[in-house]
Amino acid sequence: MGNAIIKVNNLQKSFNDIKVLTGITEEIDEGEVVVVIGPSGSGKSTFLRCLNLLETPDDGEVIIEGEQINTAGVDVDRLRRKMGMVFQHFNLFPHLTVLENITLAPVKVNKLTPEAAAEKAMDLLARVGLKEKANDYPASLSGGQKQRIAIARALAMDPKIMLFDEPTSALDPEMVGEVLDVMKKLAKNGMTMVVVTHEMGFAREVGTRLLFIDEGNVLEKGTPDEVLNHPKQERTIAFLSKVLI
Amino acid sequence: MALWWANVTGTFERCFIYQDRYKLLLSGIGVTIKVSLLAITIGIVIGFLIALCNLSKNKGLNVIGKVYTDVIRGTPSVTQLMIIYFVIFATINWSKWIIAAIAFGINSGAYVSEIIRAGILSIDRGQTEAGRSLGLSARQTMMSIVVPQAVKNIFPALGNEFITLIKETAIVGYVGLMDIQKAGDFIKSATYEAFMPLMGTAVIYFVLIKLLTLALGRYEKHLRKSEIR
Repeated sequence: MGNAIIKVNNLQKSFNDIKVLTGITEEIDEGEVVVVIGPSGSGKSTFLRCLNLLETPDDGEVIIEGEQINTAGVDVDRLRRKMGMVFQHFNLFPHLTVLENITLAPVKVNKLTPEAAAEKAMDLLARVGLKEKANDYPASLSGGQKQRIAIARALAMDPKIMLFDEPTSALDPEMVGEVLDVMKKLAKNGMTMVVVTHEMGFAREVGTRLLFIDEGNVLEKGTPDEVLNHPKQERTIAFLSKVLI
Repeated sequence: MALWWANVTGTFERCFIYQDRYKLLLSGIGVTIKVSLLAITIGIVIGFLIALCNLSKNKGLNVIGKVYTDVIRGTPSVTQLMIIYFVIFATINWSKWIIAAIAFGINSGAYVSEIIRAGILSIDRGQTEAGRSLGLSARQTMMSIVVPQAVKNIFPALGNEFITLIKETAIVGYVGLMDIQKAGDFIKSATYEAFMPLMGTAVIYFVLIKLLTLALGRYEKHLRKSEIR
Protein backbone atom coordinates (compact mmCIF):
# COMPACT_ATOMS: atom_id res chain seq x y z
CA MET A 1 0.00 0.00 0.00
CA GLY A 2 0.97 3.62 -0.06
CA ASN A 3 0.97 4.16 -3.78
CA ALA A 4 -2.77 4.71 -4.03
CA ILE A 5 -3.88 5.98 -7.43
CA ILE A 6 -7.54 6.05 -6.35
CA LYS A 7 -8.62 7.06 -2.86
CA VAL A 8 -12.22 7.18 -1.80
CA ASN A 9 -13.27 8.63 1.56
CA ASN A 10 -16.75 8.21 2.98
CA LEU A 11 -18.39 8.18 -0.47
CA GLN A 12 -22.14 8.73 -0.29
CA LYS A 13 -24.78 8.91 -2.97
CA SER A 14 -28.58 8.88 -2.96
CA PHE A 15 -31.08 8.71 -5.77
CA ASN A 16 -34.22 10.50 -4.70
CA ASP A 17 -34.58 9.27 -1.14
CA ILE A 18 -32.82 5.97 -1.59
CA LYS A 19 -29.32 5.81 -0.20
CA VAL A 20 -27.27 3.86 -2.73
CA LEU A 21 -23.79 4.39 -1.27
CA THR A 22 -23.58 4.73 2.48
CA GLY A 23 -20.00 5.86 2.99
CA ILE A 24 -17.42 3.81 1.12
CA THR A 25 -13.77 4.30 2.07
CA GLU A 26 -11.24 2.49 -0.09
CA GLU A 27 -7.80 2.80 -1.62
CA ILE A 28 -6.68 1.29 -4.88
CA ASP A 29 -3.00 1.06 -5.76
CA GLU A 30 -1.40 1.47 -9.14
CA GLY A 31 -1.40 -1.80 -11.07
CA GLU A 32 -4.13 -3.41 -9.00
CA VAL A 33 -7.01 -5.24 -10.60
CA VAL A 34 -9.85 -4.70 -8.20
CA VAL A 35 -12.93 -6.75 -8.90
CA VAL A 36 -16.16 -5.47 -7.41
CA ILE A 37 -18.85 -8.06 -6.81
CA GLY A 38 -22.21 -7.97 -5.12
CA PRO A 39 -25.93 -8.43 -5.69
CA SER A 40 -27.85 -6.25 -8.17
CA GLY A 41 -28.81 -2.92 -6.71
CA SER A 42 -26.05 -3.08 -4.13
CA GLY A 43 -24.44 0.09 -5.47
CA LYS A 44 -21.40 -1.38 -7.18
CA SER A 45 -22.05 0.30 -10.54
CA THR A 46 -22.80 3.59 -8.80
CA PHE A 47 -19.50 3.28 -6.94
CA LEU A 48 -17.68 2.82 -10.25
CA ARG A 49 -19.55 5.70 -11.90
CA CYS A 50 -18.66 8.01 -9.03
CA LEU A 51 -14.96 7.41 -9.74
CA ASN A 52 -15.14 9.29 -13.05
CA LEU A 53 -18.02 11.52 -11.98
CA LEU A 54 -20.65 10.09 -14.30
CA GLU A 55 -22.52 10.28 -11.01
CA THR A 56 -21.82 13.18 -8.68
CA PRO A 57 -21.22 12.02 -5.12
CA ASP A 58 -23.43 13.67 -2.51
CA ASP A 59 -20.76 13.50 0.14
CA GLY A 60 -17.21 12.26 0.64
CA GLU A 61 -14.06 12.54 -1.41
CA VAL A 62 -12.81 10.92 -4.57
CA ILE A 63 -9.07 11.46 -5.00
CA ILE A 64 -7.32 10.44 -8.20
CA GLU A 65 -3.52 10.64 -8.22
CA GLY A 66 -3.60 12.83 -5.15
CA GLU A 67 -6.11 15.30 -6.57
CA GLN A 68 -9.62 15.55 -5.22
CA ILE A 69 -11.94 15.48 -8.22
CA ASN A 70 -15.37 16.06 -6.73
CA THR A 71 -14.92 19.69 -5.74
CA ALA A 72 -16.02 22.85 -7.52
CA GLY A 73 -13.70 24.23 -10.15
CA VAL A 74 -12.09 20.95 -11.15
CA ASP A 75 -11.70 20.39 -14.88
CA VAL A 76 -13.76 17.22 -15.13
CA ASP A 77 -12.89 16.62 -18.78
CA ARG A 78 -9.16 16.57 -18.02
CA LEU A 79 -9.68 14.09 -15.17
CA ARG A 80 -11.80 11.78 -17.25
CA ARG A 81 -8.99 11.48 -19.77
CA LYS A 82 -6.98 9.61 -17.13
CA MET A 83 -9.75 7.03 -16.83
CA GLY A 84 -11.14 4.88 -19.58
CA MET A 85 -14.59 3.41 -19.12
CA VAL A 86 -16.18 0.35 -20.65
CA PHE A 87 -19.94 0.02 -20.39
CA GLN A 88 -22.29 -2.92 -20.18
CA HIS A 89 -24.05 -1.86 -23.37
CA PHE A 90 -20.83 -0.92 -25.24
CA ASN A 91 -22.12 2.53 -26.22
CA LEU A 92 -20.21 2.58 -29.48
CA PHE A 93 -21.13 5.52 -31.67
CA PRO A 94 -23.36 3.96 -34.34
CA HIS A 95 -22.94 6.77 -36.86
CA LEU A 96 -19.16 6.36 -36.98
CA THR A 97 -17.01 3.54 -38.33
CA VAL A 98 -14.95 1.46 -35.93
CA LEU A 99 -11.86 3.48 -36.78
CA GLU A 100 -13.70 6.78 -36.30
CA ASN A 101 -15.06 5.56 -32.97
CA ILE A 102 -11.50 5.10 -31.77
CA THR A 103 -9.94 8.22 -33.27
CA LEU A 104 -12.69 10.70 -32.33
CA ALA A 105 -11.49 11.55 -28.82
CA PRO A 106 -7.74 11.48 -29.54
CA VAL A 107 -8.26 13.93 -32.40
CA LYS A 108 -10.80 16.19 -30.66
CA VAL A 109 -9.35 16.14 -27.17
CA ASN A 110 -5.67 15.26 -27.45
CA LYS A 111 -5.29 17.13 -30.74
CA LEU A 112 -3.60 14.24 -32.47
CA THR A 113 -3.47 14.50 -36.26
CA PRO A 114 -6.01 12.19 -37.91
CA GLU A 115 -3.13 10.20 -39.40
CA ALA A 116 -1.39 9.68 -36.08
CA ALA A 117 -4.68 8.80 -34.39
CA ALA A 118 -5.53 6.31 -37.13
CA GLU A 119 -2.13 4.65 -36.87
CA LYS A 120 -2.55 4.29 -33.13
CA ALA A 121 -6.10 3.01 -33.58
CA MET A 122 -4.89 0.32 -35.96
CA ASP A 123 -2.34 -0.82 -33.36
CA LEU A 124 -5.07 -1.02 -30.75
CA LEU A 125 -7.35 -2.88 -33.14
CA ALA A 126 -4.55 -5.38 -33.72
CA ARG A 127 -4.26 -5.82 -29.96
CA VAL A 128 -7.94 -6.70 -29.66
CA GLY A 129 -7.78 -8.80 -32.82
CA LEU A 130 -10.15 -6.73 -34.96
CA LYS A 131 -7.91 -4.97 -37.43
CA GLU A 132 -10.03 -6.09 -40.38
CA LYS A 133 -13.13 -4.36 -38.96
CA ALA A 134 -11.64 -0.85 -39.03
CA ASN A 135 -13.97 0.47 -41.71
CA ASP A 136 -17.13 -1.33 -40.64
CA TYR A 137 -19.97 0.28 -38.75
CA PRO A 138 -20.82 -0.99 -35.25
CA ALA A 139 -24.19 -2.33 -36.43
CA SER A 140 -22.40 -5.06 -38.38
CA LEU A 141 -20.43 -6.36 -35.37
CA SER A 142 -21.25 -9.03 -32.78
CA GLY A 143 -21.57 -8.09 -29.12
CA GLY A 144 -18.14 -9.46 -28.26
CA GLN A 145 -16.57 -7.54 -31.13
CA LYS A 146 -18.35 -4.36 -30.06
CA GLN A 147 -17.03 -4.66 -26.53
CA ARG A 148 -13.47 -5.26 -27.73
CA ILE A 149 -13.77 -2.12 -29.89
CA ALA A 150 -15.09 -0.23 -26.86
CA ILE A 151 -12.01 -1.30 -24.91
CA ALA A 152 -9.74 -0.19 -27.75
CA ARG A 153 -11.59 3.13 -27.89
CA ALA A 154 -10.99 3.74 -24.20
CA LEU A 155 -7.32 2.73 -24.49
CA ALA A 156 -6.78 5.21 -27.31
CA MET A 157 -6.79 8.00 -24.72
CA ASP A 158 -3.87 6.37 -22.86
CA PRO A 159 -5.75 6.13 -19.58
CA LYS A 160 -3.97 5.31 -16.32
CA ILE A 161 -7.02 3.58 -14.96
CA MET A 162 -9.63 1.46 -16.71
CA LEU A 163 -13.13 1.17 -15.29
CA PHE A 164 -15.31 -1.75 -16.42
CA ASP A 165 -19.03 -1.66 -15.66
CA GLU A 166 -20.30 -5.22 -16.15
CA PRO A 167 -18.49 -5.54 -19.48
CA THR A 168 -19.74 -9.04 -20.24
CA SER A 169 -23.27 -8.91 -18.82
CA ALA A 170 -24.92 -8.04 -22.13
CA LEU A 171 -23.03 -10.66 -24.12
CA ASP A 172 -24.06 -14.07 -25.36
CA PRO A 173 -22.19 -16.70 -23.33
CA GLU A 174 -19.95 -17.76 -26.20
CA MET A 175 -18.63 -14.20 -26.56
CA VAL A 176 -17.71 -13.63 -22.94
CA GLY A 177 -14.36 -15.35 -23.33
CA GLU A 178 -12.99 -13.14 -26.08
CA VAL A 179 -13.70 -9.99 -24.04
CA LEU A 180 -12.25 -11.42 -20.85
CA ASP A 181 -9.12 -12.43 -22.78
CA VAL A 182 -8.55 -8.84 -23.83
CA MET A 183 -9.05 -7.71 -20.23
CA LYS A 184 -6.63 -10.34 -18.94
CA LYS A 185 -3.95 -9.16 -21.36
CA LEU A 186 -4.53 -5.63 -20.16
CA ALA A 187 -4.16 -6.69 -16.53
CA LYS A 188 -0.97 -8.57 -17.34
CA ASN A 189 0.49 -5.41 -18.83
CA GLY A 190 0.06 -3.66 -15.51
CA MET A 191 -3.05 -1.54 -16.13
CA THR A 192 -4.86 -0.38 -13.01
CA MET A 193 -8.37 -1.77 -13.36
CA VAL A 194 -11.60 -1.59 -11.43
CA VAL A 195 -14.01 -4.19 -12.73
CA VAL A 196 -17.64 -4.62 -11.74
CA THR A 197 -18.60 -8.09 -12.88
CA HIS A 198 -20.45 -11.29 -12.18
CA GLU A 199 -17.69 -13.37 -13.76
CA MET A 200 -16.31 -15.15 -10.73
CA GLY A 201 -13.82 -17.03 -12.85
CA PHE A 202 -12.29 -13.77 -13.98
CA ALA A 203 -12.32 -12.45 -10.42
CA ARG A 204 -10.48 -15.50 -9.18
CA GLU A 205 -7.94 -15.63 -11.99
CA VAL A 206 -7.12 -11.98 -12.62
CA GLY A 207 -8.25 -10.01 -9.59
CA THR A 208 -5.57 -8.87 -7.21
CA ARG A 209 -8.26 -7.89 -4.75
CA LEU A 210 -12.00 -8.37 -4.42
CA LEU A 211 -14.53 -6.03 -2.92
CA PHE A 212 -17.90 -7.42 -1.97
CA ILE A 213 -20.40 -4.57 -1.90
CA ASP A 214 -23.82 -4.92 -0.38
CA GLU A 215 -26.37 -2.29 0.62
CA GLY A 216 -24.12 0.56 -0.36
CA ASN A 217 -20.92 -0.33 1.37
CA VAL A 218 -17.93 -2.66 1.21
CA LEU A 219 -18.88 -5.60 3.36
CA GLU A 220 -15.90 -7.79 2.79
CA LYS A 221 -12.62 -7.50 0.94
CA GLY A 222 -9.43 -9.38 0.36
CA THR A 223 -7.65 -11.57 -2.14
CA PRO A 224 -9.85 -13.67 -4.40
CA ASP A 225 -8.95 -16.72 -2.34
CA GLU A 226 -9.93 -15.04 0.92
CA VAL A 227 -13.24 -13.71 -0.32
CA LEU A 228 -14.34 -16.54 -2.60
CA ASN A 229 -13.07 -19.52 -0.65
CA HIS A 230 -13.13 -18.31 2.93
CA PRO A 231 -15.83 -15.67 3.21
CA LYS A 232 -16.48 -14.45 6.74
CA GLN A 233 -19.66 -12.44 6.43
CA GLU A 234 -22.97 -14.22 6.26
CA ARG A 235 -24.24 -12.08 3.40
CA THR A 236 -21.11 -12.83 1.38
CA ILE A 237 -21.62 -16.52 1.95
CA ALA A 238 -25.25 -16.27 0.90
CA PHE A 239 -24.36 -14.30 -2.23
CA LEU A 240 -21.56 -16.66 -3.23
CA SER A 241 -23.72 -19.70 -2.72
CA LYS A 242 -25.98 -18.32 -5.42
CA VAL A 243 -23.35 -17.33 -7.99
CA LEU A 244 -20.75 -20.08 -7.48
CA ILE A 245 -22.38 -23.25 -8.64
CA MET B 1 -66.17 18.33 -78.65
CA ALA B 2 -64.06 20.40 -81.00
CA LEU B 3 -65.71 23.49 -79.62
CA TRP B 4 -64.94 22.46 -76.03
CA TRP B 5 -61.30 21.79 -76.89
CA ALA B 6 -60.99 25.15 -78.62
CA ASN B 7 -62.44 26.71 -75.51
CA VAL B 8 -59.87 25.02 -73.25
CA THR B 9 -56.88 25.91 -75.39
CA GLY B 10 -58.18 29.45 -75.73
CA THR B 11 -58.44 29.86 -71.98
CA PHE B 12 -55.03 28.29 -71.54
CA GLU B 13 -53.54 30.75 -74.00
CA ARG B 14 -55.19 33.75 -72.34
CA CYS B 15 -54.08 32.63 -68.89
CA PHE B 16 -50.51 31.57 -69.49
CA ILE B 17 -49.28 32.66 -72.92
CA TYR B 18 -50.87 36.04 -73.62
CA GLN B 19 -48.61 38.89 -72.43
CA ASP B 20 -46.09 36.26 -71.32
CA ARG B 21 -48.15 35.53 -68.21
CA TYR B 22 -46.28 32.25 -67.61
CA LYS B 23 -43.29 34.41 -66.74
CA LEU B 24 -45.20 35.72 -63.72
CA LEU B 25 -45.57 32.17 -62.49
CA LEU B 26 -41.94 31.37 -63.21
CA SER B 27 -40.70 34.32 -61.20
CA GLY B 28 -43.28 33.34 -58.56
CA ILE B 29 -41.64 29.93 -58.30
CA GLY B 30 -38.32 31.71 -57.79
CA VAL B 31 -39.78 33.81 -54.98
CA THR B 32 -41.39 30.82 -53.27
CA ILE B 33 -38.14 28.83 -53.42
CA LYS B 34 -35.99 31.75 -52.24
CA VAL B 35 -38.24 32.54 -49.28
CA SER B 36 -38.66 28.87 -48.31
CA LEU B 37 -34.96 28.02 -48.43
CA LEU B 38 -33.86 31.00 -46.37
CA ALA B 39 -36.76 30.49 -43.97
CA ILE B 40 -36.01 26.82 -43.29
CA THR B 41 -32.33 27.68 -42.74
CA ILE B 42 -33.27 30.37 -40.22
CA GLY B 43 -35.86 28.01 -38.74
CA ILE B 44 -33.31 25.25 -38.15
CA VAL B 45 -30.83 27.62 -36.52
CA ILE B 46 -33.50 29.14 -34.26
CA GLY B 47 -35.04 25.73 -33.66
CA PHE B 48 -31.70 24.29 -32.53
CA LEU B 49 -31.06 27.19 -30.15
CA ILE B 50 -34.57 27.05 -28.70
CA ALA B 51 -34.29 23.26 -28.32
CA LEU B 52 -31.06 23.74 -26.36
CA CYS B 53 -32.84 26.36 -24.21
CA ASN B 54 -35.65 23.90 -23.50
CA LEU B 55 -33.24 21.07 -22.69
CA SER B 56 -30.95 23.22 -20.54
CA LYS B 57 -30.81 22.92 -16.78
CA ASN B 58 -30.88 26.73 -16.60
CA LYS B 59 -34.37 27.85 -15.56
CA GLY B 60 -34.07 31.22 -17.31
CA LEU B 61 -33.30 29.57 -20.63
CA ASN B 62 -36.22 27.17 -20.11
CA VAL B 63 -38.56 30.15 -19.74
CA ILE B 64 -37.22 31.80 -22.90
CA GLY B 65 -37.72 28.61 -24.85
CA LYS B 66 -41.18 28.02 -23.52
CA VAL B 67 -42.42 31.56 -24.09
CA TYR B 68 -41.06 31.55 -27.64
CA THR B 69 -42.74 28.28 -28.53
CA ASP B 70 -45.99 29.32 -26.86
CA VAL B 71 -46.24 32.71 -28.57
CA ILE B 72 -45.36 31.43 -32.03
CA ARG B 73 -47.66 28.43 -31.85
CA GLY B 74 -50.44 30.48 -30.32
CA THR B 75 -50.76 33.07 -33.10
CA PRO B 76 -51.53 32.70 -36.82
CA SER B 77 -48.54 32.84 -39.12
CA VAL B 78 -50.18 35.46 -41.30
CA THR B 79 -50.49 37.74 -38.26
CA GLN B 80 -46.83 37.12 -37.41
CA LEU B 81 -45.80 37.86 -40.99
CA MET B 82 -47.67 41.15 -41.00
CA ILE B 83 -46.38 42.21 -37.58
CA ILE B 84 -42.81 41.51 -38.62
CA TYR B 85 -43.22 43.23 -41.98
CA PHE B 86 -45.34 46.25 -41.06
CA VAL B 87 -44.19 46.82 -37.47
CA ILE B 88 -40.79 45.41 -36.67
CA PHE B 89 -39.20 45.94 -40.09
CA ALA B 90 -41.32 48.98 -40.94
CA THR B 91 -38.37 51.35 -40.96
CA ILE B 92 -35.74 48.91 -42.17
CA ASN B 93 -35.22 48.92 -45.88
CA TRP B 94 -34.42 45.29 -46.63
CA SER B 95 -35.68 43.27 -49.58
CA LYS B 96 -39.23 42.11 -49.06
CA TRP B 97 -38.34 38.47 -49.61
CA ILE B 98 -35.67 38.53 -46.92
CA ILE B 99 -38.05 40.04 -44.37
CA ALA B 100 -40.69 37.48 -45.30
CA ALA B 101 -38.12 34.67 -44.95
CA ILE B 102 -37.17 35.95 -41.50
CA ALA B 103 -40.84 35.94 -40.49
CA PHE B 104 -41.34 32.37 -41.71
CA GLY B 105 -38.02 31.32 -40.16
CA ILE B 106 -39.08 32.67 -36.78
CA ASN B 107 -42.36 30.84 -37.13
CA SER B 108 -40.81 27.59 -38.27
CA GLY B 109 -38.17 27.75 -35.51
CA ALA B 110 -40.81 27.06 -32.88
CA TYR B 111 -41.92 23.87 -34.62
CA VAL B 112 -38.39 22.80 -35.54
CA SER B 113 -37.29 23.25 -31.92
CA GLU B 114 -39.81 20.66 -30.77
CA ILE B 115 -38.64 18.27 -33.48
CA ILE B 116 -34.98 18.76 -32.55
CA ARG B 117 -35.71 18.47 -28.83
CA ALA B 118 -37.44 15.14 -29.39
CA GLY B 119 -34.55 14.05 -31.61
CA ILE B 120 -31.92 14.85 -29.00
CA LEU B 121 -33.94 13.12 -26.29
CA SER B 122 -34.24 10.04 -28.51
CA ILE B 123 -30.49 9.42 -28.27
CA ASP B 124 -29.57 7.01 -25.50
CA ARG B 125 -27.91 8.56 -22.45
CA GLY B 126 -25.14 5.99 -22.80
CA GLN B 127 -23.94 7.84 -25.89
CA THR B 128 -23.41 11.01 -23.91
CA GLU B 129 -21.78 9.07 -21.09
CA ALA B 130 -19.42 7.34 -23.51
CA GLY B 131 -18.44 10.69 -25.00
CA ARG B 132 -17.91 12.36 -21.64
CA SER B 133 -15.98 9.39 -20.25
CA LEU B 134 -13.54 9.76 -23.16
CA GLY B 135 -12.84 13.31 -22.03
CA LEU B 136 -14.95 15.12 -24.63
CA SER B 137 -16.62 18.28 -23.30
CA ALA B 138 -20.40 18.55 -23.08
CA ARG B 139 -20.36 20.69 -26.21
CA GLN B 140 -18.11 18.34 -28.18
CA THR B 141 -20.25 15.39 -27.13
CA MET B 142 -23.38 17.21 -28.27
CA MET B 143 -21.93 18.28 -31.63
CA SER B 144 -20.01 15.15 -32.66
CA ILE B 145 -22.05 12.39 -31.06
CA VAL B 146 -25.60 13.35 -30.18
CA VAL B 147 -26.57 15.81 -32.92
CA PRO B 148 -25.39 13.71 -35.90
CA GLN B 149 -27.47 10.78 -34.65
CA ALA B 150 -30.43 12.98 -33.78
CA VAL B 151 -30.41 14.52 -37.26
CA LYS B 152 -30.82 11.09 -38.76
CA ASN B 153 -33.78 10.33 -36.52
CA ILE B 154 -35.55 13.63 -37.09
CA PHE B 155 -34.83 13.94 -40.78
CA PRO B 156 -38.29 12.76 -41.92
CA ALA B 157 -39.98 15.14 -39.48
CA LEU B 158 -37.76 18.02 -40.61
CA GLY B 159 -38.58 17.26 -44.24
CA ASN B 160 -42.24 17.37 -43.34
CA GLU B 161 -41.76 20.74 -41.67
CA PHE B 162 -40.03 22.05 -44.79
CA ILE B 163 -42.96 20.95 -46.94
CA THR B 164 -45.43 22.61 -44.58
CA LEU B 165 -43.31 25.74 -44.67
CA ILE B 166 -43.32 25.91 -48.48
CA LYS B 167 -47.11 25.81 -48.53
CA GLU B 168 -47.27 28.30 -45.68
CA THR B 169 -45.35 30.83 -47.78
CA ALA B 170 -48.41 31.11 -50.03
CA ILE B 171 -49.50 33.98 -47.78
CA VAL B 172 -46.58 36.26 -48.69
CA GLY B 173 -48.95 38.08 -51.01
CA TYR B 174 -50.15 39.85 -47.86
CA VAL B 175 -46.93 41.84 -47.81
CA GLY B 176 -46.86 42.41 -51.55
CA LEU B 177 -44.56 39.64 -52.72
CA MET B 178 -45.42 37.96 -56.02
CA ASP B 179 -44.97 34.25 -55.26
CA ILE B 180 -46.67 31.35 -57.05
CA GLN B 181 -49.99 31.87 -55.28
CA LYS B 182 -50.02 35.62 -55.87
CA ALA B 183 -49.08 35.18 -59.53
CA GLY B 184 -51.96 32.75 -60.02
CA ASP B 185 -54.25 35.17 -58.24
CA PHE B 186 -53.06 38.03 -60.44
CA ILE B 187 -53.83 36.05 -63.59
CA LYS B 188 -57.24 35.17 -62.18
CA SER B 189 -58.08 38.84 -61.72
CA ALA B 190 -56.72 39.85 -65.11
CA THR B 191 -58.54 37.15 -67.07
CA TYR B 192 -61.72 36.66 -65.02
CA GLU B 193 -60.88 32.96 -65.23
CA ALA B 194 -60.77 31.03 -61.97
CA PHE B 195 -60.28 27.40 -62.91
CA MET B 196 -57.18 27.54 -65.08
CA PRO B 197 -54.96 29.87 -63.02
CA LEU B 198 -55.85 28.19 -59.71
CA MET B 199 -55.28 24.71 -61.14
CA GLY B 200 -51.98 25.93 -62.56
CA THR B 201 -50.99 27.23 -59.13
CA ALA B 202 -51.93 23.94 -57.47
CA VAL B 203 -50.03 21.88 -60.05
CA ILE B 204 -46.88 23.96 -59.61
CA TYR B 205 -46.93 23.60 -55.82
CA PHE B 206 -47.61 19.90 -56.16
CA VAL B 207 -44.75 19.27 -58.56
CA LEU B 208 -42.37 21.35 -56.46
CA ILE B 209 -43.18 19.41 -53.32
CA LYS B 210 -43.14 16.07 -55.10
CA LEU B 211 -39.62 16.76 -56.33
CA LEU B 212 -38.56 17.80 -52.84
CA THR B 213 -40.08 14.65 -51.33
CA LEU B 214 -38.12 12.49 -53.77
CA ALA B 215 -34.88 14.33 -53.00
CA LEU B 216 -35.44 14.05 -49.23
CA GLY B 217 -36.14 10.34 -49.54
CA ARG B 218 -32.88 9.80 -51.38
CA TYR B 219 -30.90 11.77 -48.87
CA GLU B 220 -32.46 9.88 -45.98
CA LYS B 221 -31.32 6.60 -47.53
CA HIS B 222 -27.82 8.02 -47.76
CA LEU B 223 -27.95 9.05 -44.08
CA ARG B 224 -29.00 5.57 -43.04
CA LYS B 225 -26.07 3.81 -44.67
CA SER B 226 -24.34 3.19 -41.31
CA GLU B 227 -27.25 1.02 -40.22
CA ILE B 228 -26.92 -1.54 -42.97
CA ARG B 229 -25.85 -4.78 -41.43
